Amino acid sequence: MSTFLGMPVHAPRGVGHLRGDESFPDAARTALGDSQLRRNLQHATTTIRGKSGRVIAELPDWQELRSAGSALKSYTMAHLPELLEQLEEKVTAAGGVVHWAADANEADRIVTDLVRAAGEQRVIKVKSMATQEIGLNEALEAAGITPVETDLAELIVQLGNDKPSHILVPAIHRNRSEIREIFLRAMPGVDPKLTDDPPVLAGAARRYLRETFLSTKVAVSGANFAIADTGTLAVVESEGNGRMCLTLPETLITVMGIEKLVPTWQDLEVFLQLLPRASTGERMNPYTSMWTGVTPGDGPQNFHLVLLDNGRTAVLADEVGRQALHCIRCSACLNVCPVYERTGGHAYGSVYPGPIGAILSPQLTGVADNASLPYASSLCGACFDACPVKIDIPSILVHLRNQAPHPRTEAAVMAAAAYTMDHPRLYRSAQRAAKLSRIAGRRGRGLPPPLNGWSASRDLPAPPKETFRDWWRNR
Amino acid sequence: MSSKDVILDRIRAALGAGAETPEIPRDYRRGPAQVDLDLLVERLVDYKAVVHRLTAEKPDTGEPVAGGGVEGSGPQAGVGGARPLDDLDHLAEGRANAQVGVEAAAVRAAIAGILGAGTVVVPPGLPLEWLPDGVHGLVDDGLSAERIAAADGVVTAAAVAVVETGTIVLDASPDQGRRIISLLPDLHICVLRADQVVASVPEAVARLDPTRPLTWISGPSATSDIELNRVEGVHGPRNLHVILAGQ
Repeated sequence: MSTFLGMPVHAPRGVGHLRGDESFPDAARTALGDSQLRRNLQHATTTIRGKSGRVIAELPDWQELRSAGSALKSYTMAHLPELLEQLEEKVTAAGGVVHWAADANEADRIVTDLVRAAGEQRVIKVKSMATQEIGLNEALEAAGITPVETDLAELIVQLGNDKPSHILVPAIHRNRSEIREIFLRAMPGVDPKLTDDPPVLAGAARRYLRETFLSTKVAVSGANFAIADTGTLAVVESEGNGRMCLTLPETLITVMGIEKLVPTWQDLEVFLQLLPRASTGERMNPYTSMWTGVTPGDGPQNFHLVLLDNGRTAVLADEVGRQALHCIRCSACLNVCPVYERTGGHAYGSVYPGPIGAILSPQLTGVADNASLPYASSLCGACFDACPVKIDIPSILVHLRNQAPHPRTEAAVMAAAAYTMDHPRLYRSAQRAAKLSRIAGRRGRGLPPPLNGWSASRDLPAPPKETFRDWWRNR
Repeated sequence: MSSKDVILDRIRAALGAGAETPEIPRDYRRGPAQVDLDLLVERLVDYKAVVHRLTAEKPDTGEPVAGGGVEGSGPQAGVGGARPLDDLDHLAEGRANAQVGVEAAAVRAAIAGILGAGTVVVPPGLPLEWLPDGVHGLVDDGLSAERIAAADGVVTAAAVAVVETGTIVLDASPDQGRRIISLLPDLHICVLRADQVVASVPEAVARLDPTRPLTWISGPSATSDIELNRVEGVHGPRNLHVILAGQ
């Protein structure tokens, strides 16, 4: 029994947001038809690439920091059991309470019970990928508890009845005039003369949320880092909504994936340099809060830390794929990805979009449940170069493609091609035959059925007038 | 079997015979490096903080002037807790009192230039002679959130500052106070001493005590959520003034 319980399992179905309703190619087709979305995405990703590149260039030791970050994450994974127990011991000694959640259902239940025990019907939330992953808002709502997202982008998404489309900037698919319209439509008490000037929009959110911050007694957060040897948690943010949630309420509940550990306090010096420059393209984000358990007289007097597995141990079990757990959620890979820039985040179905999502989501759920995601890439490798902890995303994509079922026609064509290339005479006549396709049109219009599935999203090169062998003989 | 045991068993099963444990290459810059105060000012200003540099030549008026109408129960640290915040033992050698090396008259003049009149929240350990006449000091002895939010500003000292990133770190020492006081008012005036400034993030991490609540501040509250352009001013103080004392 215990052997069975103790084997790594994938994130359960029916809860949370790791699986899309349709495959990536189908969802991408819809997104590609939305020209406003494509303009917004292109503007946003271009802006952030420029900012990030400039501040990274200021550091002469960026590559050394990446190598240190990568090694620290490998070390953390190799020592995860000891480090987690050390974290629990330190947090407990500092007055916090540590909970362990094997999956999304258990994490949702733990948080819901804690809010009920506090006697509250409303919680304020700091943007957190982990709580989106487990569908915490839906679980709280089902229990009659109102979750209020306080991050500006999350607020835009919540008021617009929308879904997040980017790890860092969940409303990246909205431009300023769309945000103005959402506020005018859905923000209670908003000034009807609201303009689309970004500072004015930010000011509207400030007024709207201030009273909620001051009167809500329970907050739910994620964590960017947890320091094993001190029990310190860190949340990196910009707006101050994180500070509000981490400082004002009586009770703080933090939900964190088990992979977010950093071995020692001093190790934070690496990640605090990597994360802001790779994510928002700032030398440092406006606010970073760090706390260890409970500080009497300052901040929440009840602190609960929920450690979440939800498929992470299944990722860890794959020696190639486990690197995906090194991710520090900076979203640099999204911003450089030519596929993400065109489709946006919704097409990936999961809360984790872009290149990192294409390797993380299928591993958390099992490849069968996200079989199209490993193909949501041209394998150009820009994500690998941009990753501040050097996750080799292209190699993991290829590794996962080998686990996903290949289309049968593709397998048949590849087998035929391999046979042909092994037989020079066959290959020669195949090349000559290819010339005939020029008759069909100046540029290949794609392969005939049943092979057109492969060529629908790929351009075929026009075959040359003359094969190399013919040219060599006739020269 | 508890969920803790389940998860730890799963991790051990996943790791199998043991994963690779690499040496951590530490060949990035860890300091100590030369502190360039001009660059700190440039970086602070770049992220929209307003910087006031005090020069050593500023004459002391010789009259320690208390802020007009000081309220609250006076200097008192560690509001009712088992681990009081007035515990200074952790502080590195030479980081004793906020007043050392700071000319009160010069700070007064700088604050008067920022805020002609009004009420500012001050932490219990902040020297009240820093406040100019006409600026009312409301000492935080456990003030309610509403009273803090209603103040015109807050004045704190700092623990550490980082040149390279333009960052100031507060560590809830008596001259910096509870985290809430530097959060709710719309104006934060932070008095920083030159000897608290380090060149890089690793040096700052080494100086700080992680068991204290830490707030790293780089410019006023901002967001990049609208079209990825940085916009100053969301929930935290929209105005950050840094008074830099010493050479």
